[in-house]
Amino acid sequence: MTVREDAMDRRVVNDDAAGAVIIEATRMVTDRVVHLTLRRADGERLPDWTPGSHIDLVLADGTTRQYSLLGDPRDAYHYEIAVLREPGGRGGSRFVHDVLKAGDAVDVGGPRNNFRLAPSPRYRFIAGGIGITPMLPMLRAAAEMGAEWELLYLGRSLTSMPFADDLRDEHGERVRVHTSENGRLDVAAWIGAFDPGVKVYTCGPVSLIDAVVEATAAWRPGWSRVERFEASDLGDAARTTAFEVEVDGTGRSITVEPGVAVATALREAGFDLLTSCSRGVCGTCETDVVGGDPDHRDAILDDAERAAGNCFFPCVSRSKSDRLVIAL
Amino acid sequence: MTIISPAPTLIPTTDEDPFSEAVLADPLPFQHRLREAGEVVLLERYGVYAMGRYDTVRSALLDWQGFESSAGVGITDFRAETPWRPPSLLLEADPPHHNAPRSVLAKILGPRELRTMAPRWQADAETLVDEVLSRGTEFDAVASFAEAFPLRVFPDAVGIPEAGREHLLPYGDHLFNTFGPENFLVEHGAPRIAEHSAWVNEQCARDHISPGGFGDAIWAAADRGDLTVEQAPLVVRSLLSAGVDTTVHAIGAVLHAFATHPDQWARLREEPALARVAFDEAIRLEAPVQTFFRTTTREIELGGVRIPERRKILMFLGSANADPRHWNDPQRFDLSRDPSGHVGFGMGIHQCVGQHVARLEAVSLVTALARRVESIELTAEPVRHLNNTLRAWKTMPMRVRLA
Repeated sequence: MTVREDAMDRRVVNDDAAGAVIIEATRMVTDRVVHLTLRRADGERLPDWTPGSHIDLVLADGTTRQYSLLGDPRDAYHYEIAVLREPGGRGGSRFVHDVLKAGDAVDVGGPRNNFRLAPSPRYRFIAGGIGITPMLPMLRAAAEMGAEWELLYLGRSLTSMPFADDLRDEHGERVRVHTSENGRLDVAAWIGAFDPGVKVYTCGPVSLIDAVVEATAAWRPGWSRVERFEASDLGDAARTTAFEVEVDGTGRSITVEPGVAVATALREAGFDLLTSCSRGVCGTCETDVVGGDPDHRDAILDDAERAAGNCFFPCVSRSKSDRLVIAL
Repeated sequence: MTIISPAPTLIPTTDEDPFSEAVLADPLPFQHRLREAGEVVLLERYGVYAMGRYDTVRSALLDWQGFESSAGVGITDFRAETPWRPPSLLLEADPPHHNAPRSVLAKILGPRELRTMAPRWQADAETLVDEVLSRGTEFDAVASFAEAFPLRVFPDAVGIPEAGREHLLPYGDHLFNTFGPENFLVEHGAPRIAEHSAWVNEQCARDHISPGGFGDAIWAAADRGDLTVEQAPLVVRSLLSAGVDTTVHAIGAVLHAFATHPDQWARLREEPALARVAFDEAIRLEAPVQTFFRTTTREIELGGVRIPERRKILMFLGSANADPRHWNDPQRFDLSRDPSGHVGFGMGIHQCVGQHVARLEAVSLVTALARRVESIELTAEPVRHLNNTLRAWKTMPMRVRLA
């Protein structure tokens, strides 16, 4: 552990992480689905992402919800998400629908990708309802890579299914839309038998995921991939107030104000901390956490690693607890 | 160099050759003139647009949408000419093709995965330091440490066989030469490249890879479907292409920096935890990878210059790291500086995926040396090894005083 007295070249600050973004536009795409376009307040690039990624949206009460990015990764300046109003939900979707409006600032974390598009000559994509969102950039990526693909899009009724008309207009026969008004569809039959040249991607409600998991249970692991809508409790709420960071073994604590990166605060206090990407992507600034509850905003840790809570990336991540004890 | 001062609509232009022997041997004066000439300067000889300022280079590195890599990151336009080897799935690819190989390798070479490697490499570094110092306190630091340590630990970590490893350095050296024009350096390496290349390609096959290493982890990713079986050997090849020479020259850079800044060596000995900062500060200062090209995907205006679509641009990473617009007293090797944000490893989606490996190798070695060596000095002028892309030392005669 070293304390640097003369901190120089501090001009690279944490100005690249997604952090606070502005809602540029909102648009209802069905009766119950709102499409949001987000951009950075300062007009700079947002962190890069790949198809299958989601962002963590921090709600007013400090809890977070995860939403798949559905736009084009080539657009470095906007994120697009679509949110289904769920009257029985935990309030996240009501907040997004009823409270958020164009011009509002929101906090986002990530993007993270737990649902990566693995290379394949052919794909079968299966979406149930709002589960269409991660599929949209996947379809484009598959086409760009020269892969063949088909999409099965399931929902209650055509009017409840976001982007269904656009998809059929654009892609014709490759998109099969099926509504439960027309009876039950045999998903297993649509998927067919295992073929090493085909990968299956599914996102949707639990019943659909279960059906796909069952139909592909004997397949080679990794050839059928699913994303569940997780309703898991992500622990304590994110905080919007200042917190203390204690550097273990030094007897020193610093206060990290809202809007200031932990890495920046540490450097300004004279601690040595090497960062590189400043976006929670590269992992250079990984720091051990020995006490307190980190608020992870990086794109590196998986869910289990996040839950372990024994390290964080101070270029973007913060603290949920009043005090975070770290080892440098 | 004659830089023609432009009228507002004209492009600063130079006839100087950044790949000439003189500039490669000492690129700093050229880089200074480049930065002063403008944000973008046309290299008349090659029809290439050059960038030397920190902000411009960093922005271009981040903007993969506007500056693509799949047309090659050297001077050759892959859309007009067939490259000499199948393109890299990482370095010479753009999203979405780039996504899967990158995410697989980023995980395998990530700091969390490397934790298991660290104790072994620290022990290996101590062994090497003991071996060299037992032979004497005067040595060539390039052969004894900069080359010896990566060659001792990295091929084992990848999991390739012992026999034939002498192909690794010349293969990488030629590869980095071929990013530049077909000059004397490319001509020099060309006669034997087929032989080196054949050996490297052979080691990427599954049956050559031993279990437990990076190479094995890449093939395991193919088993899980994260890569195709066609991609796996090319991803292994990326490790062997980009992971040896670069680290050798990075370690050479940090050793040279300490040899010429004895006060900073004393400081490191007091605070061994500064080894990480020291390594990145040396990378900033020396930029072992000096340049990379990109190709514009559309017309792009920068600093009043309109670069047409499908043109090669040349980013001077070393120049960006020495830009006084961004760095205070940039030519000073200074452990009290915060080198964060240097572009010696690049930036953005193509940022060096092996940077944690390089950092661990260098920190292991420097820490082991600091434990035993009180001071370091050069006994003669070190000699540069010229390469179209890499900044390197051929020899570095060194004397140490033991602690």
